[in-house]
Amino acid sequence: MADEPRQKKSEEIRMAIQVEHLTHIYGHGTAFEQYALKDVDFTIEDGQFVGLIGHTGSGKSTLIQHLNGLLRATSGHIYYNGEDIYTEGYDMKKLRSKVGLVFQYPEHQLFEVDVLSDVCFGPKNLGLPKEEVEARAKAALAQVGLDESFYQQSPFELSGGQKRRVAIAGVLAMDPEVLILDEPTAGLDPKGRDEILEELFALHKEKHMTIILVSHSMEDMARYADRLLVMDRGEKVYDGVPKDVFKHYKELEKIGLAAPQITYVVHELRAHGVDIPDDLTTVEEARDAILNVIRS
Amino acid sequence: MGIIKASRLIFDYIRRDDEDRIEEVERALDGVDVDIQKGDLVAVLGHNGSGKSTFAKHINGILLPTEGTVWISDMDTRDAGQIWEIRKTAGMVFQNPDDQIIGNIVEEDVGFGPENIGIPTDEIWKRVDESLEAVGMTAYRMRSPNRLSGGQKQRVAIAGVMAMRPECIVLDEPTAMLDPNGRKEVIRTVRELNRREKITVLLITHYMEEVVDADRVIVMDEGKIVMDGTPREIFSQVDRLRSYRLDVPQVTELAYELKQAGLALPDGVLTREELMESLLPLLKKEKREGTVGHGG
Amino acid sequence: MLREITLGQYYPVDSLIHRLDPRTKLFGTLVFILSLFVADDIWGYGLATIVLIVVIRLTKVPFKYMVKGLRAVLFLLLLSVSFNLFLTSGQVLVQFWIFKITREGLRLAGFMAVRLVYLVLGSTIMTLTTTPNALTDGMEKGLGFLNKVGAPVHEISMMMSIALRFIPILVEETDKIMKAQMARGADFETGDLIQKAKAMVPLLVPLFISAFRRATDLAMAMEARCYRGGSGRTKMKPLHYEMRDRVGYCLQFAYLAGMAGTRLL
Repeated sequence: MADEPRQKKSEEIRMAIQVEHLTHIYGHGTAFEQYALKDVDFTIEDGQFVGLIGHTGSGKSTLIQHLNGLLRATSGHIYYNGEDIYTEGYDMKKLRSKVGLVFQYPEHQLFEVDVLSDVCFGPKNLGLPKEEVEARAKAALAQVGLDESFYQQSPFELSGGQKRRVAIAGVLAMDPEVLILDEPTAGLDPKGRDEILEELFALHKEKHMTIILVSHSMEDMARYADRLLVMDRGEKVYDGVPKDVFKHYKELEKIGLAAPQITYVVHELRAHGVDIPDDLTTVEEARDAILNVIRS
Repeated sequence: MGIIKASRLIFDYIRRDDEDRIEEVERALDGVDVDIQKGDLVAVLGHNGSGKSTFAKHINGILLPTEGTVWISDMDTRDAGQIWEIRKTAGMVFQNPDDQIIGNIVEEDVGFGPENIGIPTDEIWKRVDESLEAVGMTAYRMRSPNRLSGGQKQRVAIAGVMAMRPECIVLDEPTAMLDPNGRKEVIRTVRELNRREKITVLLITHYMEEVVDADRVIVMDEGKIVMDGTPREIFSQVDRLRSYRLDVPQVTELAYELKQAGLALPDGVLTREELMESLLPLLKKEKREGTVGHGG
Repeated sequence: MLREITLGQYYPVDSLIHRLDPRTKLFGTLVFILSLFVADDIWGYGLATIVLIVVIRLTKVPFKYMVKGLRAVLFLLLLSVSFNLFLTSGQVLVQFWIFKITREGLRLAGFMAVRLVYLVLGSTIMTLTTTPNALTDGMEKGLGFLNKVGAPVHEISMMMSIALRFIPILVEETDKIMKAQMARGADFETGDLIQKAKAMVPLLVPLFISAFRRATDLAMAMEARCYRGGSGRTKMKPLHYEMRDRVGYCLQFAYLAGMAGTRLL
């Protein structure tokens, strides 16, 4: 009975990833048993830009490693495009090419003598013909804003931001449908941070790539994400559009998180009787709303 | 003359080929003049590659000037005979918390510096106790550093410097690799040391939120000091900061945007309280006028 | 897998053995190992067994936990036992196909097994009851006399202590890089030996680069904290011999004498 409506729904919109009752226990069966994930449920639709937030140790890194099969759940199911990835003989290598995962500080995985060869590593592992491999690598480098002049350079002599981009291109060259990034802007300066996020947003807009972004910056989340998943101690605690989730800023603080600065400004203004909406999260929105109050 | 003084400081990174011929010269610092007063908390801002870290490494003689001079408490850093005295006077905390902790137990790491400079055992214990207390890590003294959070590791690193009884601490992007809670923890510790122990602090960062209550902010770009003033003076120049690949806190940005739109707000609003103080009267006035019928 | 190895993992309880000076324990371990090569009959091994049991009880470390360390050397154990069992000539007890088990072989294999197990247990006791720092300190001071002949004792013990601190960090890093390359389609499991070796390149290159980067950063951090080698350094936790250590040394000599005695019997 419960299955029927869900099936209908999946015909209407393609579900990229469905996670059902996902539980992961570290040290299962020992005295040090610890829940890293506890009964997590959600569905990510094709083409969404999902923000994943949580305090350090909340389980978000564990969660994303399940989505491309690097970690195996203790119990529960993950469906990719409707197929259970835990069925016997499921092609994990293919899953990893379709669900690209960019780790934190991904530049630490660079190893080749030049930028182009490094980016070729992924598609080469897929067993593609040489021309296809190179074409993909070049396209991926273009997507992260690196032109031909970089192809022959050693990845180790680039700046921090450029290394980071080469590493992201290394995953993009696998031609994934879903791209998961674990804090892709950590350690970059403000401009470098904005550039990477804009490039990701462009991939999302132009290529309809599904993006799952792990970040500590609530300001970035408010600006880019369509949807926010909040994790705390291995459990999913909020799931909704950022505007709605940030209304719970007091509860978010209790689990070691916060809302964007603007949310606090807006709530304080409302507390002083200023009549502006309670779901503003970006500078532009707040500016327009305040000007509106003054002009009306 | 202040505790840290640099005069026409120039530093070139020189790359040599296998036969020791100069291959490439890169000017990282290009004529830096600065005089920092005892007891101040000075923030140094700049994008990656602006020269701020190179400058920091000159303060305790890890790098020596190509041209010009740096004095720490009147000691010239090029004077090899005084190098250890300089390093005692100006302690340094680095970006990566893992790569600066030497001891396998917290308290032993804090004692590492005093051991190096030949402090008697009883005095080492006294200093370790005090330093751990000053950064609030006494409860963790017997732990392994590997089991601490990033913020805690940085506090241990700060304690390690404090145990040398320095007059000034240079922190080279101490929060770049931390999550928001770790960042707050470290910045709070640094501020307390500045206020309570009167330690001069040079905080290098690109997180703008961390510098709003510094005594002085210095902005670097292409190896030069391009802005120097109080946080208010610096943050009132939003466009100029952006031209140096920097950013401003959201509250400052909102105030700036509203001012551009014609609202009578002061320059360089730094905190939410300040914004409320100047914005609420404007909104309330409009509201009152509105109710009397002047609106529209 | 690395977590499985008990050898070298400090077990934090407070016991008489824990409180002994690391030099006493280092010397004791040496004495015990030596005694295993002196012993050649049931009396010698009997004495070693009694001493081992008493010391294990004194450490307050659960016996089960201690025995876990043996798993790491299980393969070596089986190998040496079977060598001794099948390759020793003498009075034949059992024979099948090309294998012969002799009386002498059985005896030798038995002693060899006991010797190996005791060797591992003996050194495990030391590492379970001594923190890595105390161990390196003990080595530095205990071997201090080698300084006079120009051996860099301080430097070696500093290197050991830094290695101990960075092993877990590098293990974690290896895991991370491995996963990152697997996310790019790398395959570390299938293929023949050459393919497997080639697959290690994307893991080893980043790992080496990272280790070098960490080494450079650490060296800079140590210099910034006025580290300049062993000379002129003081100690936060200097080593002192207590009464229990003197008693410990006496017992060690008594044990060695007893062991020599079993050979004369």
